[in-house]
Amino acid sequence: MNTTELFDHLSEKLKSQFGDDFIGGEIQYDFPVLIVEKKRIIDVLQFLKTTPELNFNFLTTLCGIHMPENKGAELAVMYQLHNMVENWRIRIKIFMEDGDTKVPSITSIWPAANWMERQEYDFFGFKFVGHPDLRRILNMDEMNYFPMRKEYPLEDGSRDDKNDKMFGR
Amino acid sequence: MSTNNHLIKPEAEKEYNILNLGPTHPATHGIFQNILKMDGEIIMHADPTVGYIHRAFEKIAEHRPYNQITPLTDRLNYCSSPINNMGWHMTVEKLIGCEVPKRADYLRVIIMELSRIADHVICTTIIGQDTGATTGFLYFFQMREKIYEIFEEVCGARLTTNIGRVGGMERDFSEVAWAKLKIFMVEFPKFLKEFQSLIERNRIFMDRTIDCGPITGERALAYGFTGPNLRAAGIDYDVRVANPYSSYQDFDFSIPIGSNGDTYDRFMVRIQEMWESVSIIKQALDKMPKGEFHADVPEFYLPNKEDVYSKMEALIYHFKIVMGEMDVPKGEVYHSVEGGNGELGFYLISDGNRSPFRLHFRRPCFIYYQAYPEMITGGLLSDAILTMSSMNVIAGELDA
Repeated sequence: MNTTELFDHLSEKLKSQFGDDFIGGEIQYDFPVLIVEKKRIIDVLQFLKTTPELNFNFLTTLCGIHMPENKGAELAVMYQLHNMVENWRIRIKIFMEDGDTKVPSITSIWPAANWMERQEYDFFGFKFVGHPDLRRILNMDEMNYFPMRKEYPLEDGSRDDKNDKMFGR
Repeated sequence: MSTNNHLIKPEAEKEYNILNLGPTHPATHGIFQNILKMDGEIIMHADPTVGYIHRAFEKIAEHRPYNQITPLTDRLNYCSSPINNMGWHMTVEKLIGCEVPKRADYLRVIIMELSRIADHVICTTIIGQDTGATTGFLYFFQMREKIYEIFEEVCGARLTTNIGRVGGMERDFSEVAWAKLKIFMVEFPKFLKEFQSLIERNRIFMDRTIDCGPITGERALAYGFTGPNLRAAGIDYDVRVANPYSSYQDFDFSIPIGSNGDTYDRFMVRIQEMWESVSIIKQALDKMPKGEFHADVPEFYLPNKEDVYSKMEALIYHFKIVMGEMDVPKGEVYHSVEGGNGELGFYLISDGNRSPFRLHFRRPCFIYYQAYPEMITGGLLSDAILTMSSMNVIAGELDA
């Protein structure tokens, strides 16, 4: 099955299973990208994992995306799944508004999601609901902002120990 | 481990100790902290803390032109940085739709397999070192030096190589590099054979490593294991075979797998992979095609320095590339390579600007290290050290 066929096949499957909660998708290079409603993400991933014919049993990675220009859906989380037997790789995306950062945690499906979700919480502030231990992981615990969001400059603006009068900071 | 259960006291008599293993314990080979709850010698609970050398590469990458991100990838898994460099170059090539000539592919394969050997040399000798077999660490380790000499000849650097360019290699191998490679290909199998026969059937080593820090294939998949650690658990997933990149489909090699997922299997899988890497390099040398060592993509490939000083177009392209003024298509692309310790993935979103809109590294260490508490709980402290070194957790990649 090539990418287009896989995309059509999965769109059909998700459409019949989840109806309007399956929003749509596109093909990005060699990846089918499928967009679903945030509230159904656990069901969708569980469905993709446990349906024997689909068998997406491996969570490759997940990551957050912040798009301040995309009004009404500023934040996104993408999940990348892999069916190792057929070697199908897909990407599932959910979008949400900036104020509404609660995302259902998928640690119950894959324990691997534990640290991945902690990392995205650390960088973007997603509140993964149902996560067993949602703490910062790479940054220090005292940090009071989410550095990967686009409004934060590369260098921490609150620091005064690096004030360079000649070139500015 | 269930075999130590008879050592555990009844609940009423228990006294626990809290032990800080790390952050900079010499036995952990990097900056890893584990807060262990100990019942005598037995680990009851482990809580790893990561992030001690976090350098925010994903954030920095959003502010750098594509060519300047290569040095950042060096510092992920610094034991095999050429694989990271080339993984990144291939990601960008996929984004811009650039076909790389065969010769560049083959040169890349040689470099990548050399760095895989270097990575595995480090890991296997350290497993030996942690079991008390110092000989391997002191004797076999010199092979890594030989590999670094080849890298030095090809790109001028040894550890953080910044090797290759988007579109191919920065230069063809020099005569000296070919000669050094030839010597290496004669010497290395001898050293590897010697090291293997020293360790692999050694009674002490086997007693020490078999059933130490085991994980089942099912758990390994659930925890997102990839690379040698997954293969040691019996699952034959290798990105080089599943999604061949850089002409890996031209080479004939097998995927060694283990069965128990314990330290011994992880060690053996790495040893066998070195043999496979040797065979791949041999095939690449035999079949080395003639032709260009880089693709014809002047708007992305840094031109030759002499041309920059003497030709108008080269100067313009040089300026545009260095200043990051190249036209990159919009889109999102994921590309993964088989790194030294697993599937190293680059998820890149481009909005057409000089630097990525978002770049996410799928770092194999980071994902599989979270299984570490589960693997060491119930085992002995000394097994925990051994399990960590056999998992080949590299601090740079873990903390990005």
